[in-house]
Parts: sequence; structure tokens; C-alpha cells
Amino acid sequence: MVPLVEVQDLAKTFDVSAPWLNRVVERKPRQFVHAVDGVSFSIARGKTLALVGESGCGKSTVARLLVGLYAPTRGSVRFDGQATDSARNAGELRQLRKRMQMIFQDPYASLNPRWKVLDIVGEPLREHDLVGGVDALRARVGELLQSVGLAASDSEKFPHQFSGGQRQRISIARALATQPEFLVCDEPTSALDVSVQAQVLNIMKDLQRERGLTYLFISHNLAVVRHVSDQVGVMYLGRLVEVADKADLFSNPRHPYTRMLLDAIPDIKMSGRSRTPVQGEVPNPLNPPTGCAFHPRCPHANARCSSERPSLMEFGGVQIACHAVVEGRI
Amino acid sequence: MTMPVPLLEVRHLRVEFPTRRGTLLALDDISFTIAPGEVLGVVGESGAGKSLTGAAIIGLLEPPGRIAGGEILLEGRRIDNLPYEQLRAIRGRQIGAIFQDPLTSLNPLYTIGRQLIETIRTHLPVSEDEARARAIRLLQETGIPAAEARIDQYPHQFSGGMRQRVVIALALAAEPKLIVADEPTTALDVSIQAQIIALLKRLCKDHGAAVMLVTHDMGVIAETCDRVAVLYAGRVAEIGPVHDVIHRPSHPYTQGLMGSIPAMDEERERLLQIDGSMPRLNAIPDGCAFHPRCSVAVARCRSERPDLMDAGTTRAACWRVPERK
Repeated sequence: MVPLVEVQDLAKTFDVSAPWLNRVVERKPRQFVHAVDGVSFSIARGKTLALVGESGCGKSTVARLLVGLYAPTRGSVRFDGQATDSARNAGELRQLRKRMQMIFQDPYASLNPRWKVLDIVGEPLREHDLVGGVDALRARVGELLQSVGLAASDSEKFPHQFSGGQRQRISIARALATQPEFLVCDEPTSALDVSVQAQVLNIMKDLQRERGLTYLFISHNLAVVRHVSDQVGVMYLGRLVEVADKADLFSNPRHPYTRMLLDAIPDIKMSGRSRTPVQGEVPNPLNPPTGCAFHPRCPHANARCSSERPSLMEFGGVQIACHAVVEGRI
Repeated sequence: MTMPVPLLEVRHLRVEFPTRRGTLLALDDISFTIAPGEVLGVVGESGAGKSLTGAAIIGLLEPPGRIAGGEILLEGRRIDNLPYEQLRAIRGRQIGAIFQDPLTSLNPLYTIGRQLIETIRTHLPVSEDEARARAIRLLQETGIPAAEARIDQYPHQFSGGMRQRVVIALALAAEPKLIVADEPTTALDVSIQAQIIALLKRLCKDHGAAVMLVTHDMGVIAETCDRVAVLYAGRVAEIGPVHDVIHRPSHPYTQGLMGSIPAMDEERERLLQIDGSMPRLNAIPDGCAFHPRCSVAVARCRSERPDLMDAGTTRAACWRVPERK
């Protein structure tokens, strides 16, 4: 079975250099941020891959690269066996775009405040000529709104008349308009209260079951990730450090960073487990460490770790990028 | 044995916002106490009034918001009706504050040393040198490496987590008895959050300061607090020891809240969801504010507002509680 989404050595570098004149006069060097630095993964049809990591790890950039909001600096994205880069003609790209959609984190910024919900949810239908005539549009938008637990009559309202959780449902309704197979969800519930988050996550799971949707779910909240994902990828400073099935990752995390992350989560069950104290902070992406990006904070780092970057490889049923694990030191 | 005087006592606090279209009651009869050295969590979703409670106690309510009723007592003396200058003297000396965004508390134009020294000398009768020595010790206690050098740096030269440590140092600088922390770790990454929570807990214990920790994050509450108050629509829904409120909640809202949080150690197909959302300030229902969303509401809930009543180890504002005992 060909995976629905296949990503190979994906990278995105942003040029954050000072303007040319400043560079010349102040003798400043060019500066680059390797937001995504060679990421590879695949997602099987109907499954959810979660990407987790702290701020600056590149997970949101990966999301945008996947749907084409950014052009990659290198690497490839294949959707249902076909490459998605813009070398192909515009018509085929449009067809591809219909099959994948995105849901954003900020329910207040991702809906145009001057458009009615009818126009917001109807925009993809119009763009792709999926319905004919205003009545058909209205009916279809009504169906979409009902499928996310809103009322058809809500299409006449404006975004400011809804709460954060309701706006996120409108975003989901809009994303489902083209009947996509693949949804990229960038922190869809991070801005919501826990009880509202529960509603939205339940809807997303129901929809996945009913329609066989495939999700890429970006989050920094590991408890939420545990609830929604099948597979989890952990990112650090633009690189994947561990990819594993959910059960494996949470019961037996191998990478030192994954262990640190799981250990750091405040424990609502108050099991009183002892924790390894967390060291240091995420380094400046303008000046990343040599070799393995995590080595300055890693209790198991040796000379090889500071000079040679570990590549993501199969080991013991998971994918891991760590010299210490592969060498059997931990 | 007589009951020791609580450090902080909030009695029937009411905070209202006069608007053009009428007065909105944002806090409606809130009462709780904090014992010396205790860590009380104040938890609730957006709009419940937890930040307002903190602001009212520190005396930093944004006008037109104002205290419309009730009392706030610090060590038995009223502080809610003090003139500005007296309140300012208390704020900082007796009550320290930590906010979510460290850049709110730190002046970008002054070195952190200057800000620490200013705070120390405002409230304690010490010389410039002594204040500087204290400031360096505080920075070291909060885990800032090379404190003697970094004390002369500006806030922008620190990372987010480091800045929050500086803010904690600033809050503790005048040796206050109570720290009000409003979402102190929400803006930080998970790994830094863990460090800051542990630091706050340890330092407050070392310095003998009580903490009122306002947050929406139950995990942080579970890790840090002795007791917790759950707020809903400007009222206290449940209050009690943190273990009991989390594992044996009595109020239907608290039960729903705990059920909706995805757990790290167990799998559930669906999360418990409470349908609907918290009422807006201009549409608070009669009787119990939670009744429209409550699966066990009865006629009394719709007309009579429940006070906090004994629910075993916690207290909950719910008419169904006495029946279950």
C-alpha cells in the first residue's frame, strides 16, 4: 500500500539576513534559519501522524510546506504517489490542492471577519466549481455546518458572533468543503479551553472514522497527541529525532529529548513519579549546535554527538536519530 | 486551639464593570482564604474571573472595573479600601506579583539589576551595596548562571524562561508574604515550564511565602498547589484539597472539567464533553450559573443560587451535593 503522504528530506531555510546596506556598512554576515532541516516521514491512509515539539522546532513550517504555503528549499512531498512540487502544470496542482486542506491554530485570525460564514465555508466550493448556483451552495454549506455540530442558519452570521470553539468548527467545515482526503491541523485546539477542546477533538475523531480521513496533527500538548494520534514524530530544532507508534512512544520513549519532554509534563494524576531534572533551553536557531542539535542538553552526549549529526534510522521497531541509542549506550 | 489568622481572606468579593448598556457583574460573591505558606490554585476557563480575582487582590483592577462589595483582608486588616499610596506600599512589600508575560513586569529600558535594586530599596531599609548583594543572591537562587555578570544586562538579553526567573526574583525581592502568580508558565515551552514550576514552589517554600496561582492548566495545579478553587462564571464552584478536587470532584462542572482533560496514562475513545459554553457576563442564568449545561439539574437549581456546601473533603456550590452524602 502506497502511503497517502510521503515526505523525503524536506527542508526549508529562511534568509533572515540584515538588509544589504547594513551588511556592507556594518560588516554583518548573511544569516539563515534552517527551520526544517531534512525531515522524512510517511502517513498511511486513514491514520493520524502527530508532530510534536517545542516552539521553534519547525513543526508549523512542515505543515505549511506540506500544503504548499511555502516552497521547499530541498526535498520532496508526494501525495498519493505524485510529487506536489510546482514543476507540474497549474491544472493538476489545483486537483491536488482539493484533496488536502488545512486547519489553523488561531480561530480569530483564520476567518475573514468581514465575510459571512456562508462565504467563508463556500469559498472553496466556488473556487473549485463544486456546486452550481446560490441555492445549491447554501444547501451544501448548511450540510457542512451541521456535520460539525453547528446549525445551517449559522451561515448568515459573521465570525465575531461565535466563540473560539465554534470558530474552529467553522474552520473544520471549510476544510471539509472540497471533500479532502488529507487534513493538516496546526495546533487546532491550543487556543481553546479544555472543555471546548474536548468537543473539537471528539468531532475530529468522529469525522476521521466516518470519512476515512488522514491527519497530520501538529501540537505541543502531548496529552492531546496521545488522544488523537496513531504515530508520533518528535521534532527538535528542525529535525525529527524519533518517530514511533503512539503506544511505543509513550510507554518506551528512546530518544533523550523525548524522555525529557514526557518527563516535563505536569502530572495531573500526581503519581509522584520521580523526574529527571530538565537541563537548559532550546538553542538559538541562528546558531545551532554542531553534530546532534540536542547534545548540549543531553546527559548521554559524547564526542561523536558533538561532531557528527545522527541520521534518522530504523532501530528496535521505531525510527530514531541518536548515536547513544543506536550504539546501545542507553 | 484557636484557628490561626489566615494570611489572606477574601469575603464575598464582588467586582463589576459599569458599561453603557448596564453593569456587568464579573465576580459574584467570591470567598476563600489562604493560610501562611500555602499554595492555593485558582483555576477556571476563559471568562471565569480568575485573573480578575488576582487583579482585585493586588489592587490592579483596570478601570472602569471596580470592587463593588465584599472585603479583602491581609493578615486581618482590610486592604481593598486603602488609598493609593498605602496600597502601593503593600503591593511589593507584602504581596508580590508574577504575570504571564515577563515583558509586562520588566522595564526594557533598565537593567534587571537596577529594577531589582529599586524594588528592594523601596521596601527594605538597606544600602545600595547591600541591595545589590541581595539581588545577586536572588538571581542565583532562581538559577540564573553567572548572576554577577548578568545582573547588569537588559531584559531583551534574556530568553523567555530566563526572564520569567528574573520576574520571580523581582516578586520575591522585598520578601513578601503572598505571591499572586497569573499564568506564570503559560507562555513557556513545556520543558521550561517544568523548571519554572519547580523553582516557584521551592523558592516560595524557602522564603515562607504563600502563593495564589491563577491558571487554566490543571496539570500545573496538580503539581504545585495544596488547595484549589474552581471558578465558573464569576463564582466559586468547588474548593478543597487539590487531590480531592481532581480525583473526587463533587460539583458537576468540576467533574466535567476533569473528564475533558486528555490523560497521559489512559486511553479513552471519546473525551467527556460539556455541551455549550460558559455564559457571557450579560447572560448569566438565574439560580445556579451552570444549570443549563448540567446533566443533573433539578427545579431548585434553575431558581435558587447555591452557596458553597460541605461535600466531604471539598466544598461545592451545588444543590445535589447534600443528597449524595
